[in-house]
Amino acid sequence: MNESVRHGVLRFITAGSVDDGKSTLIGRLLYDSKAVLSDQLQAIANAKHKRTGGEDIDFSLLTDGLEAEREQGITIDVAYRYFSTARRKFIIADTPGHEQYTRNMVTGASTAHAAVVLVDATRLDFSAGVPELLPQTKRHSAILALLGIRHVIVAVNKMDLIGYEEAAFAAIRTAYTGLAGRLGLADVRYVPVSALRGDNIVAASAATPWYGGPSLLEVLEDLPIGEAVASAPEALRFPVQLVVRQDTASADDFRGYMGRVEAGTVGAGQAIRIEPGARTATVAQVITPAGVSGSATAGQVVTLRLDEDVDVSRGDTFVAAADPIVPARKLRAELCWLAPEALNPARKYTLKHTTASVFAKVTAVERVLDVHTLSHDSGRQTLATNDIGSVELTLQKPIVCDPYAANSATGAFILVDDATHLTVAAGMIRAAA
Amino acid sequence: MRLGPAPGGPRGRAVRLLPTAGANLSKLCGNQTMGSMKELRDIQASAHTHAHLDDLEAESIYIIREVVAECRRPALLFSGGKDSVVLLHLARKAFRLGDRPSELPFPLVHIDTGHNFPEVIAFRDTTVAATGARLVVGHVEDSIRRGTVRLRRDDDSRNAAQAVTLLETIAEHEFDAMLGGARRDEEKARAKERIFSVRDEFGQWDPKAQRPELWTLYNTRLAPGEHLRVFPISNWTELDIWQYIARERLVLPSIYYAHEREIVRRRRLLVPVTPLTPVRDGEKSEIVSVRFRTVGDISCTCPVASTAATAHEIIEETAVTEITERGATRMDDQTSESAMERRKKEGYF
Repeated sequence: MNESVRHGVLRFITAGSVDDGKSTLIGRLLYDSKAVLSDQLQAIANAKHKRTGGEDIDFSLLTDGLEAEREQGITIDVAYRYFSTARRKFIIADTPGHEQYTRNMVTGASTAHAAVVLVDATRLDFSAGVPELLPQTKRHSAILALLGIRHVIVAVNKMDLIGYEEAAFAAIRTAYTGLAGRLGLADVRYVPVSALRGDNIVAASAATPWYGGPSLLEVLEDLPIGEAVASAPEALRFPVQLVVRQDTASADDFRGYMGRVEAGTVGAGQAIRIEPGARTATVAQVITPAGVSGSATAGQVVTLRLDEDVDVSRGDTFVAAADPIVPARKLRAELCWLAPEALNPARKYTLKHTTASVFAKVTAVERVLDVHTLSHDSGRQTLATNDIGSVELTLQKPIVCDPYAANSATGAFILVDDATHLTVAAGMIRAAA
Repeated sequence: MRLGPAPGGPRGRAVRLLPTAGANLSKLCGNQTMGSMKELRDIQASAHTHAHLDDLEAESIYIIREVVAECRRPALLFSGGKDSVVLLHLARKAFRLGDRPSELPFPLVHIDTGHNFPEVIAFRDTTVAATGARLVVGHVEDSIRRGTVRLRRDDDSRNAAQAVTLLETIAEHEFDAMLGGARRDEEKARAKERIFSVRDEFGQWDPKAQRPELWTLYNTRLAPGEHLRVFPISNWTELDIWQYIARERLVLPSIYYAHEREIVRRRRLLVPVTPLTPVRDGEKSEIVSVRFRTVGDISCTCPVASTAATAHEIIEETAVTEITERGATRMDDQTSESAMERRKKEGYF
């Protein structure tokens, strides 16, 4: 099936520093694409915490949903917004720029295909030519790189306040291109905009005649999603989510394994291996929500039946019988620490990976990323809130995993604190150690 | 059964799905509301291009199965409203074993304010009977009798009181996860809620202390007294819901489609004339062709003027509407900018 047809939804996040105008940009996208309805406009025109004067619409009130946010004029949590054009359905995660809320940005980025990074052109110093980008821009971009966001769109905002100056746009572009190169962000596009005035958001603006490129919305509509599948077929990954059985009076008992195909294809008659444990079996039947099917591919939720009676539990993974993969008990990973309480290497945490939950210990902090310099500090032994570090983990039981760069579904994990039940870290597997 | 304790919960246990006596999905898919064959073909043709519905369906089914895998005693909130009809349909699809009929591995829960549209309660009962599911009803009336719900006046809206009865029902049955049909596009406070959302021992939602929710790795851990609200259709919009209803040919209570009804015009709302919401002095009622976009407590739900008699016609209307779903229909959301946020903090859906 054609990829653009198959993927009807583009999920993207917005990131930037405080006051860069993220909420305003989203409000503008929603307004100009007619996703804002007249009663919402009426409500924000009547709002008590309006930041604009007179008749101007304060678009940020559309996404600042919570009372505390409207009072303080800041965004403190991820807001999800929805709009459609004739081409595509969009899901936006509006993520906060405040440093203490970086965890929310990581949350938004974990499910996004693309990111819009806002750079406030008025807050940079152009006296030395190429400006130094703000620390939050660097941190957010580092998170995007870490989370494997494939497409980044840099929206250079508030162009109206700097006289739509082409040289400033070019200088920011040069600065960000350097940052992207260091971070390994491959696909970066640049659009000069004014979210407040609507320049280059939906349609090309007359104020930037020197910019010949597409508007922000046109870029979003054209982004490829569901990247072309590699020429070699992907290896099967089917983590078992739930074991179901139905016992009847006859011999016709049902035992099935529910889950989502995370990579590759699974079909009736296929020889598989169940890991950990290296048991082998043959797929007898593939059931999709629509009914019995010959096969299923990545992204589909299915129920599989096997020919043999084997011991299978939630957390086990089906792979192809001949797949050389070996379950791992030691991992090297990037860890983004989200909790207020710092990592304690003496403690064990619960690691959640696909459908498996196992105890884990962080046995070594190899280095911590300094987002201001994008250099690494190898003298640290722990991770504090918002730190991004390279670590080594030892697991209580082995898991079937892949490098995050190869497959985010089988390469991602979270750490849960068994005492507070908080999600304390987001992890991306670099390699089995 | 799995041997030995695993961290976190009862994961690893096999879920038994009992066969149901004859009930199956096709019983819930009639065509009495669907109009002509030509219209069916039109809907099928347009549904063919709605690949985003497959993505949304897969996401929702994954979430519903995750709840059953990780929670000890889940339940599904079913009011008979369109979002809960879609949610129930997704749940049935999630646990359908090919062509074998199977029971849902959790009961349905309805919080009954006692102020209902009769069509909706009749629909609820027919649907529950057809699915063979177990229905638990929590009555606001019982909470009033216990004294846990106090109304200023007898005819006050019981909508907000539902939160109290819901929490009492959750406590009585020791539910640890309530699947609900709330959507993020409905309201600005809902736009900020996680898919797996923790409620403390007072049933409160703390929007500033939400757990980060990464990838599809949902954290279902709870302390004693806490419970989860889980929203599998968080990412669906009103339009997605109607497109799905059309594609899957789901039956809804008749009041979702255009019908003649006695109303009075009050501010920007069309208020249905009922024993609970009578015509006031100085008002004149009229008969108008209307349909309901949302269905809640009869004392606070208003229809919109419409002649849309089929899902397909509603899709066309929804695509060009100028007014939001709750803005046109809910008296309870219009009391202040943060009406929903405040109710949610108190334990509302």
